[in-house]
Amino acid sequence: MIVAIAFYAFALILLASAAMVVTARNPVHSVLFLILAFFNAAALFLIAGAEFLAMILVIVYVGAVAVLFLFVVMMLDVNFAELRSGYQRYMPVGAAIGGVLAIELLLVVTGWQVAPEALHLSLGAAPAAATNTAALAEVIYTKYVFLFQAAGLVLLVAMIGAIVLTLRDRKTSRHQVIRVQTERSAAATLEMVEAGIGAGIGTLGIYRPLPATADLEPADNDPHADDPHADPVDAAHGGGAHGGSGHHAPEAR
Amino acid sequence: MEAAAMNWTVAVPEIALALCAMAILIFGVLRRQDATFLCTMLSLGALLLTGVLVIGGQTGAGFGGQFTADAFSAFVKLLILSGSAFALLLSLDYNEREGLARFEYPVLVLLATTGMMVMASATNLMTLYLGLELQSLALYVLAAFARDTLRSSEAGLKYFVLGALASGLLLYGISLAYGFSGTMDFAQIARILASPAHASAGLVVGLVFILAGLAFKVSAVPFHMWTPDVYEGAPTPVTALFGTAPKVAAMALILRVMIGPFGHLLPHWQLLIVLVSIASMLLGSLAAIGQNNIKRLMAYSSIGHMGYALIGLAAGTHAGVRGVLVYLVVYVFMNLGTFACIIAMRRQGRQVENISDLAGLARTDPGLALAMAAFMFSMAGIPPLSGFFGKLYVFLAAVQAGLWTLAVIGVLTSVVGAYYYLRVVKIMYFDEAQPAFDKRGASLSFVAASTGLFTLLFFIFPAPFVGAAEAAARVLFG
Repeated sequence: MIVAIAFYAFALILLASAAMVVTARNPVHSVLFLILAFFNAAALFLIAGAEFLAMILVIVYVGAVAVLFLFVVMMLDVNFAELRSGYQRYMPVGAAIGGVLAIELLLVVTGWQVAPEALHLSLGAAPAAATNTAALAEVIYTKYVFLFQAAGLVLLVAMIGAIVLTLRDRKTSRHQVIRVQTERSAAATLEMVEAGIGAGIGTLGIYRPLPATADLEPADNDPHADDPHADPVDAAHGGGAHGGSGHHAPEAR
Repeated sequence: MEAAAMNWTVAVPEIALALCAMAILIFGVLRRQDATFLCTMLSLGALLLTGVLVIGGQTGAGFGGQFTADAFSAFVKLLILSGSAFALLLSLDYNEREGLARFEYPVLVLLATTGMMVMASATNLMTLYLGLELQSLALYVLAAFARDTLRSSEAGLKYFVLGALASGLLLYGISLAYGFSGTMDFAQIARILASPAHASAGLVVGLVFILAGLAFKVSAVPFHMWTPDVYEGAPTPVTALFGTAPKVAAMALILRVMIGPFGHLLPHWQLLIVLVSIASMLLGSLAAIGQNNIKRLMAYSSIGHMGYALIGLAAGTHAGVRGVLVYLVVYVFMNLGTFACIIAMRRQGRQVENISDLAGLARTDPGLALAMAAFMFSMAGIPPLSGFFGKLYVFLAAVQAGLWTLAVIGVLTSVVGAYYYLRVVKIMYFDEAQPAFDKRGASLSFVAASTGLFTLLFFIFPAPFVGAAEAAARVLFG
């Protein structure tokens, strides 16, 4: 009884969220509904006693595929409104084809005679001794170990292929060099300034950060760098951006 | 599974090759710079090692009948390994000059070769599929390896999309065969089909789909449309690889599947093979005439050659299979040699691919012209070069099996085909000389010279090859 209720609940949510996937206006919502649909399908698998499939569905489809969809939807500039633009126009044709298919399916299903011995085959439960994860592992790692490993090699080739065809080492890309970051000492970046008692920031002016290292940041060709008597307001405003100029003396007096 | 039936040692060559590929991959990743040459050399070493393992390897069925090492698979594997090794040698110089020198190239070639070897040993429909996919996926990537050139990317994409379609057909066929026979094992399918009552329509349709999927891989005619574009677009050493090892693997698979599990359905598939063969020979010889690009010419030429090889299968006899195997040996070496000559076609640092660029080669580079001429004569099937013997054995088998029409059409199309092969020779020897080609790498000269010698001198020592092919063919009919 409870199983039946759970089944219908999950199935209903599954169908509803599947419908939402195709009808939702916002593509991000579509993907989220897709994730909901996957979870409900996994629950249906659990009810059927296929816990391995249920977990794989969650891990692979929710964990990887749906997240990939999210990435694609959010990062690529796909105009979904344009993709839908023909909806009204193609609706009648699509509905007609769907209707024909539905009638054909109906004819096939009503005329279908299931072999009597197949009926209890399809309901044949998994061997009670093992969970189906263990049962799968038993054949995958023994009887089909060669095929399993060959499939692994296929995936390895896919990975190498993706890297070979897309990974580019650009000259302009900035890499984080962790060693340089951790070896930086405070003395290289900070300067202690004696501030007299009662002397406000106004007497000291604005200090600029020291250039980190000379080779990392070559002297830029800042027009103000050569001119110590530059307009003080300009120098004060632009202070942060002109870190390489070498002037860390008070400028805005 | 009981330990006795596992018998994993039969797959030692494949395991060794896969491990070598992974080790070279890790070496290349850690080494980062200048690893290409070293990785290529290591890969050649790995191929050699695998060859030794194949020769000294155990025979028998392993993994519960999913994988079989026998004389047939050993013959095919050695041919595949030598094809891959020569294609790798051809890539050394080319990749360096074209800026494609990356260590993944030899690794992918090794993994593709592993897939081909699995195909050669497959005695189960699942092994067949996985071997085929391992091979194909690596080849798709290799076709697009020159990722900054439009044509190479196009070739990779085209090959991938059409290859996926062919894989779909193959899988559909496999599912039908499994559904109607209840087993994926070749020996058991053969046992079931031994009684004609079991040869249901579903099984025959499944067979046709499997054949379609495999015919795509050998680019036999109704499934050939990818060949010219992919051959033209892919980097030339990759094209050299496409033209040799994968063709051998796929043809071996067709032989094993047709003769082994579906051998009892011979009356059903014979006409199919005859039609595919005739169509391939016709298209290969007629469509090549109008080509100006030598790589496209080679694409049509390979379509034609696969048609000739299929004649042997159409005969469906022991002699026919032997003929196919001899044909493959001859074909691989003359194809590799031709591609060595094509890669040497380089002028002012740029690869040139037009047939007219060969004009007057006999005066600017007599050695290269001589080699190219030898390969062209051999492809045309002119005695005493090796190509003649390849054709001789398949035509003989066809005549013995009573397939007179097929043999006659084969002879006629090879006469037509001779026109465009000899046209290349004519351009090289009698046309106004073009500027000389750039100096070619030593590896190209080595490949061209060794395969050229093989092509020239095959008539002196055909016995070991024919004998080995005979032994290999006997396994399928054993």
